[in-house]
Amino acid sequence: MTVPILMIDAVSKRFTRRPGLAERLAGKFTGGGKPVTVHALTDVSLEVAKGEVLGIVGESGCGKSTLGRVIAGIHAPTSGSVTLNGQQIADQRRGNIHKLTTQVQMIHQDPFASLNPRMKVGETLAEGPRYHGIIPADQVRTRIRALLEQVGLEAAYADRLPHQFSGGQRQRIAIARALAMQPEVLVLDEAVASLDVSIQAQVLNLFMDLRHDLGLTALFISHDLSVVRHVCDRVAIMYLGRLVELAPADQLYADPRHPYTRALFASIPTVGTGRGRFEAIKGEIPSPIAPPPGCAFHPRCPFAGPRCRAEVPRLTTAGPVRTVACHLNDGGVDMQKGAA
Amino acid sequence: MTAALDVKGLTTRFETRAGHVTAVNDVSFAVQPGRIMGLVGESGSGKSVTGFSILGLIDAPGEVTAGAVLVDGVDLRQLSTEDLRKMRGRKVAMVFQDPMMTLNPVLRVGDQMTMAVRVHQPMSKSDALQHARKALEVVGIPSPAERLKAYPHQLSGGMRQRVAIAMALLHSPSVIIADEATTALDVSIQGQILAEVRELADETGAAIVWITHDLAVVSSLADDICVMYAGRIVERGTAEQVIGGPRHPYTQGLLDSIPARHEPGRKLPQIPGSTPQLSRLPEGCPFQPRCPRATDLCRTEPPLDVRDGQAVLCHHPLEGV
Amino acid sequence: MAHIGNVLVVPSAAPAETRVMRLRNFWSDYRRSWVAVGALVVIVALLVASFGAPWLVPQDPYDLGQLDWADAFLQPGQTGSGNYVHLLGTDNAGRDMLSAILYGLRTSFLIGISAGVLALTLGISIGLTAAYFGGRIEALLMRIVDLQLSMPAILLALVMAAVLGQGVPQIILALVVAQYAYFARTTHGAASVERRKDYIEAARSTPLPTWRILFKHLLPNVLPPLIVVATVQVASAISLEATLSFLGVGLPLTEPSLGSLISNGFKYIHAGRSWLSIYPGVFLMITVVAINLVGDQVRTVIDPRNSR
Repeated sequence: MTVPILMIDAVSKRFTRRPGLAERLAGKFTGGGKPVTVHALTDVSLEVAKGEVLGIVGESGCGKSTLGRVIAGIHAPTSGSVTLNGQQIADQRRGNIHKLTTQVQMIHQDPFASLNPRMKVGETLAEGPRYHGIIPADQVRTRIRALLEQVGLEAAYADRLPHQFSGGQRQRIAIARALAMQPEVLVLDEAVASLDVSIQAQVLNLFMDLRHDLGLTALFISHDLSVVRHVCDRVAIMYLGRLVELAPADQLYADPRHPYTRALFASIPTVGTGRGRFEAIKGEIPSPIAPPPGCAFHPRCPFAGPRCRAEVPRLTTAGPVRTVACHLNDGGVDMQKGAA
Repeated sequence: MTAALDVKGLTTRFETRAGHVTAVNDVSFAVQPGRIMGLVGESGSGKSVTGFSILGLIDAPGEVTAGAVLVDGVDLRQLSTEDLRKMRGRKVAMVFQDPMMTLNPVLRVGDQMTMAVRVHQPMSKSDALQHARKALEVVGIPSPAERLKAYPHQLSGGMRQRVAIAMALLHSPSVIIADEATTALDVSIQGQILAEVRELADETGAAIVWITHDLAVVSSLADDICVMYAGRIVERGTAEQVIGGPRHPYTQGLLDSIPARHEPGRKLPQIPGSTPQLSRLPEGCPFQPRCPRATDLCRTEPPLDVRDGQAVLCHHPLEGV
Repeated sequence: MAHIGNVLVVPSAAPAETRVMRLRNFWSDYRRSWVAVGALVVIVALLVASFGAPWLVPQDPYDLGQLDWADAFLQPGQTGSGNYVHLLGTDNAGRDMLSAILYGLRTSFLIGISAGVLALTLGISIGLTAAYFGGRIEALLMRIVDLQLSMPAILLALVMAAVLGQGVPQIILALVVAQYAYFARTTHGAASVERRKDYIEAARSTPLPTWRILFKHLLPNVLPPLIVVATVQVASAISLEATLSFLGVGLPLTEPSLGSLISNGFKYIHAGRSWLSIYPGVFLMITVVAINLVGDQVRTVIDPRNSR
């Protein structure tokens, strides 16, 4: 692997919601009213190489969106750090993250919510680069028009308001807005999830073209395994705030190692495999407020043993370029002498 | 065998500033007992409005202007408001994308389920509770007795949707209409629910209309598939026919857009353009401006072409299987 | 369809909607209610008549030199010493009532609109700040607002007017203090919803400076419903001012507003000279009702739930 451009080092993020005055008062009588802590991310480390598209896959509560927001500088991590080209862009101290996060741009899931409904498209695209002096003032107009054409829209659309566009077109606008900042890294948070299949194909094609033309580095966050396989080089599988498996896409899809990854593949309906084949994962996703001890997946895992309930599995190598966090890959699920 | 649900020529129009808009245009299909019909379409195709139209749940400025909805041979459109209300819930039930459309947030699950039971079937409270518990068991809810005591907000999204399905099942309806019922759920939970729905259709003999945008879901769940575009059913057939050998260029385009069917990294074949607005439909076949097979003929109304039960609304259908 | 580079151009979006078209749509929805159209006509007529009063009416009620004691208590329709008909009669000082009412209406409009705009500005600043920053700032600001909303506005205005003394600026200040909390609460509610939307997060992650997010992104999206509230609040400011003047803490009769005219006429209501307070009262009522009707219809039209 080449030199990583983005390094995520042991990032954890906890959200603590302190109860209001009324809740604290009520809590005196009911025993509630205590602060609630959500463990959104626990000890996640990742490296992304220049020009690489890394897929982040998981279900709700797995922390994939939080990870994207930490990288984009919206949340500061509780511990750990994120560095871009060797410079720290996000750490515990807020405030001095401002200037550097222009180099990470985000594309949100819902294009109906991510564009300011009362701002013309041209202004939406221009305001970031203009404010940060990324595009010289006299070139803003030409650049914005060129950008709109680059994402497959007409330059004249700069004068329109978002509500005049369809979902697919809006997502193109959101992509153009991110590109206007000339970012080093793009974070796409479920960027095609709310689009219709035919529109999704158009936007995915656009993304692949742009990636090819501009050499984009991107984090592609999605719950859709087939989309991720199509556009990503490597894929990270997350579960309840932790990274459970990381592998090149072809290897992961050919041979998933973590029981959760396997179960996820099995429960996804696919076109043309015949009907009635759902090998569903049993049980529910646990709450990130009270994650299970040991391996977070153990209550749903068919292979779980006593060690899984006691010890959090480490990420261990499972091949030259892949890692997995499962005791099956690290000496078995039974209690070991030193481990207990 | 008579169909549990037979929809004939259903047409629903909305009055808008831009004039009349036909959201559901001459839609016909039948579902046999124990079978699942997948109604697929993209946003704005009219699939959800079809579901609401079947149940007579269209409010002004919309109106069902034509067609018949036969449930076990009874035309719902001929019934009085009162009789229709009785049919809903007992003979025909609906499951929404958001289970909170069905569930009352301030009542315990058990209380609202027993109330729902006793609306249509007079029985004692404890019998009704027993009945509710069984319904929860059918949809695979672990420790149903405890869930009955819970409020909806204490349940996870997947559990709530199961409870909503259980409520739809209470009166063993002949027809269940589910509108994007698993769209908001995580894949692993969706997988669990789809497996149970399949089992449910097989065991209870209910006819299910599964409305969704997700071709993968219908392909693995449904027996029959209807594909909707711009308010019309453009293709109808068994799942094998429609997925294995689509005859409408739109269906073909949709299937081609799915990344899983192509080698990773390759550009996906895409349908150009976007779904037309219902108020500004093109002349003749609504798909014609985006269609690779379109000719001048397509500016006229497309004919219904039926072969081996696979019906397609197209001037130039594909060969299929 | 065309190719630019290797990207497929998506065919046209919906046609560009110009400001003129949006206005036309707004008007076509607005005029569905004849009552509201009528109310709008009434307001425009009252605005024109009151601000054009110096050119429209025969007498300047502020100019004591134009008043003649001989003309006191003329019945509506009688001709006075100035050789013109006093359509609505005259008062105890010989003021032509129509002139006094239109000048008074001008003062009332001036006070109502200035108070409304100032209260809106103050309320928006507080509401936006609280909603955007959250935490302790939000808790502090909104508790003050809540506390104030729990007191009747008239009581607050009375105390303020009594402390500040008589005069137009004093009254405006009293009304702003009495009414800003309402705007702050409404803004806070709307902004708390908007603040959670992705476009705000997108602006934060760009990143854009806070002031820009507040005024270019958050404010334009919470403003439309507030303008409706402001319209209705102008009406309530006008009637609040009238109440204060009626109670004697508002404007003196030398600077007539509708309230002080009613108050003055009230002294003679049992002396068979009821027109002195009835006519200003009728004008006040028509003004307030008309503004409320227009506000209601605008609310209905801009509510997305009613859009077709």
